[in-house]
Amino acid sequence: MTAPALANAALDENAVALPSQEPARIARDSRPLRLITCGSVDDGKSTLIGRLLWDTKAVKEDQAASLQRDSNGKQNDLGLPDFALLLDGLQAEREQGITIDVAYRYFSTDKRSFIVADTPGHEQYTRNMATGASTADLAVLLVDARIGLLEQTRRHATIATLMGIRQFVLAVNKIDLTNYDRARFEQISHEFKELALSLGVRQVTAIPVSALKGENVVYDGRASMPWYDGPTLIEVLELATTRSAQTVGFRLPVQRVSRPGESFRGYQGTVAGGSVKPGDSVVILPSGMVANVTKIVTFDLVRNAAVAGDAITLVLDRQVDVSRGDMIATIDSQPMTGLAFDAQLVALQPEGIQPGKRYWLKSGSRRQRVQVQPVTQLDLKSGKWNHADELPMNAIGKVHLTFDEQAIFDSYEQNRTTGAFILIDPDTNNTVAGGMITGRRATIGGIHAEEHRVILSLPADLADQLMATEIFAGRREDVDIRRVNAAKAIEVIDAIDE
Amino acid sequence: MPHIHPETELHNPQSTKPPLDPHLKALENEAIHIFREVAAEFERPVMLYSIGKDSSVLLHLARKAFYPGRVPFPLLHVDTGWKFREMIAFRDETVEKYDLDLVVHTNPRGAVENITPFTHGSALYTDIMKTEALRQALDAGQYDAAFGGARRDEEASRAKERIYSFRTPDHRWDPRNQRPELWNIYNGMIRRGESVRAFPLSNWTEVDIWRYIQAEEIPIVPLYFAEKRPIVERDGMMILAEDPRLELLPGEAKREEVIRFRTLGCFPLTGAIRSNATTLDDIISELETATVSERQGRAIDRDQAGSMEKKKREGYF
Repeated sequence: MTAPALANAALDENAVALPSQEPARIARDSRPLRLITCGSVDDGKSTLIGRLLWDTKAVKEDQAASLQRDSNGKQNDLGLPDFALLLDGLQAEREQGITIDVAYRYFSTDKRSFIVADTPGHEQYTRNMATGASTADLAVLLVDARIGLLEQTRRHATIATLMGIRQFVLAVNKIDLTNYDRARFEQISHEFKELALSLGVRQVTAIPVSALKGENVVYDGRASMPWYDGPTLIEVLELATTRSAQTVGFRLPVQRVSRPGESFRGYQGTVAGGSVKPGDSVVILPSGMVANVTKIVTFDLVRNAAVAGDAITLVLDRQVDVSRGDMIATIDSQPMTGLAFDAQLVALQPEGIQPGKRYWLKSGSRRQRVQVQPVTQLDLKSGKWNHADELPMNAIGKVHLTFDEQAIFDSYEQNRTTGAFILIDPDTNNTVAGGMITGRRATIGGIHAEEHRVILSLPADLADQLMATEIFAGRREDVDIRRVNAAKAIEVIDAIDE
Repeated sequence: MPHIHPETELHNPQSTKPPLDPHLKALENEAIHIFREVAAEFERPVMLYSIGKDSSVLLHLARKAFYPGRVPFPLLHVDTGWKFREMIAFRDETVEKYDLDLVVHTNPRGAVENITPFTHGSALYTDIMKTEALRQALDAGQYDAAFGGARRDEEASRAKERIYSFRTPDHRWDPRNQRPELWNIYNGMIRRGESVRAFPLSNWTEVDIWRYIQAEEIPIVPLYFAEKRPIVERDGMMILAEDPRLELLPGEAKREEVIRFRTLGCFPLTGAIRSNATTLDDIISELETATVSERQGRAIDRDQAGSMEKKKREGYF
C-alpha cells in the first residue's frame, strides 16, 4: 500500500499530505442515497450542507482557499469559510446572494455515498424543489429551533410527499441558540411528526442540530446535549433505504433496437421494475404480442437474471415487431394501457399549463401527443384541492390526460419510473411540467363498454360551433374527438360498416 | 444520412472480473441509459474524446451500452497541438484496438497565427485552441448531440449543469434558463442548429472514476502513474520538460523528479504532482487522503472567480 511510499515523497505545497493512518478500503455495499434538503431562507441550509461536506472531507484545500478568497476573508466565528459560497456556484447567485437552481453535491463516508440535491427555499422555486425531489429517496427538512415549523415547512413536506418521498429527517437547527433546550426540541419534533402523519409519512427522525458548530451532523453533540441519545444526521442517512423494491412486475421500456448483424436482434433498455430471467414469457405493449426471453446480454457476460435498475439487452425467441417507445412487461402483472389517464403535475414554466393545448408527453422512452385538462389545484397553505381551469407556474394540480394513441403507465404510487412523465411544449421545446400518474380513467369518462355511443363525422367549422356550446363543454370529458381529413373520416366509417 | 456507422456484431472475450459493487453498478447503469437515450433520439451524436481518464471511462461505458454492436457514433478529439506525446500515442492505439471512428480537429488559426500557450497566455490560447476549435468541429460535423465526460463534482458551475445541457446554435449555455430535468426522463427536443451536450458521468466523483477504472481494468495513459520524468518549475507548477518547443526561461532549470499527473490537458498548462503512486491501488489511497482537488493543477481554472462558468457559457466543455 501507499502510506509508506508516500512518506518518501518530498513534502511541499505540491505534495499530497501524509495520511495519519491507513485509510479504510472502501467497498460500498449499497447504492448511493439521493436526498433533498429543504428549508427557508435563514434556516442555515447552506451551512448544514457545507458542514456535511466539510466534516466528511469532501472539500479540498484549494477549494477552501478559493472560498476564503471569494468571501473576502468573511468567516464565521469558528474560523471556517462561508459555506454558502461553496454551494452557490453560479455568478448570478453569488451576486444576489441567493440560490436560484438545483445544485448537486457529492460526499461519502466509509459506509455509503450520497448525492444531495440542494434546492432553493423561496416560494417561487417550488418547481426547483419538485425537480430535486423527483429522484430523492429521503428529504431533510430544516427548521430554526427558535422559530419552529413554518408555513414553508408544510409546503416542502407536502411537495416531497407528492413526489413520492417516504422518509423524512427534521433537522432542528441552531439548537445552540436555544441553550440546547430539550423541551423546545421535543415540542417541535412532536408537531412535525403530526404533520408528517397527516401526509401519510411514518418514517420520521427528528434531530437537534447545530450546523455551525457541527453538532449531531457528522459528529455527535453529546457534550452539549447529553439528553439526546438518538442518531446523528449522517447515521440516519447511512441507514436509509433507497427506492428499488418496486412491487409491480417486470418492465422494460425499450430505448433502442440493436441489430448489429443478421444473427442478432436485441432490445436495449433499463429495467424499470421487477426482474427477468431467460425462459420468462413477456408481452410487448401496446401491440399485445407475446414472446419468451431467450437471453439477457451484457458486455461482461450473458446473465441469468436482471433486476430493476439494470441496463440490459434482451433477446426474444421469435420475430416480433418491437420498436423504441414500446414496453416489454411480464404477462401476469401488466401496466395499464389506454387513451385516458388521471395525473398530478407540477407546472414548471411561466406560461403555466393551458387547458386543451396539445403537448408532447415523454415517459420512459415513449413520446406521444397528449391533451391536458386541469381539474383542480392544490392550495399548499390549506392542503385543499380547489377547482382550476389552468395551472400557473409552480402550481401543483390534478389533470386529465387524453391521448391519440395508446399510452402505457403504472401508477406513480406503484412505480416511480413507469408512473412518471414530463410535458414538453411543442412551440418552445421546453419542459413545462413534471407529472405523476394516479390512475387510468375507466374508458372515456367512466362510461361502460356496453353503453351506446354515436360517431359523427362533421365539417370542422360545425364541430367547433357545437363544441363551443355550454351543453357540450359541460360534458367535454365524455367525448372522444379526433381531427382528421375527409378521406380518413370516410375510411374510418367504412371500416365500421364492414 | 450522410454519415453512417454500421453496427456490426462484436465479440467480447468473457472476463473473470468480480461483479461491480452496487455503488459503481448504479453509476454504470445510469450512464449506459443516457448513452442509449441520446443515440436513439439524436440524428448525429458525437463523443468528445480528450484522452484523459474520464474519457477512458466514458468510452468504456459507450462500448458497454451498445454491445454487441459497435459504438454508433464517432469520437471527436480537439487537438491543440500541445498535448502530451503519450496522449496522442494512446489515442491512436485505442481507436485501432476498439474499431472506432475518430475525427481530429485543430483550429487552423493556431498554425497561421502561431498561437501557443507561451506567447498568448493561457486564457486566450484556451479560448482559441479549445473553445473556438470545438465550435468549429461541432459545426463542421453538424452534430446535434455531443457526449462529454464532465462531472458535477469538478467545479461549482458544473454542479448545476443538467445531464442534457442545451446549447443555442452558437453553442452558448444559459445557466439561468436551463430546462428542468426530472427523474431520468430527458428532453431531447431541439430545433435545427441547436444542440445538446450530454454528460453520462454527471453523478460520478473522482474516486468513483478511479475505482471503476480499477474494477473494469480500463487502460489509461501512463502519465497518470508515477515515474521519474524531466520537469521544469514555472509559476508554481511542475511542467513536463520533454517537448523541444518548451524553451527554458532565465533562471529555470530542467531536473528529474518522480511525478505523475492527476489530470491531463495541454502539457504547458498542466501541473504534475510529486507522488510515488505507481499502481491504481496507490492512486486511490492517495486520493482518499488528498487535501487538494484535481483541478488544482489546471492553470485555466485559476484566472478568476467563475472562470469555468464564463468559459462554459462561451462554448467550452
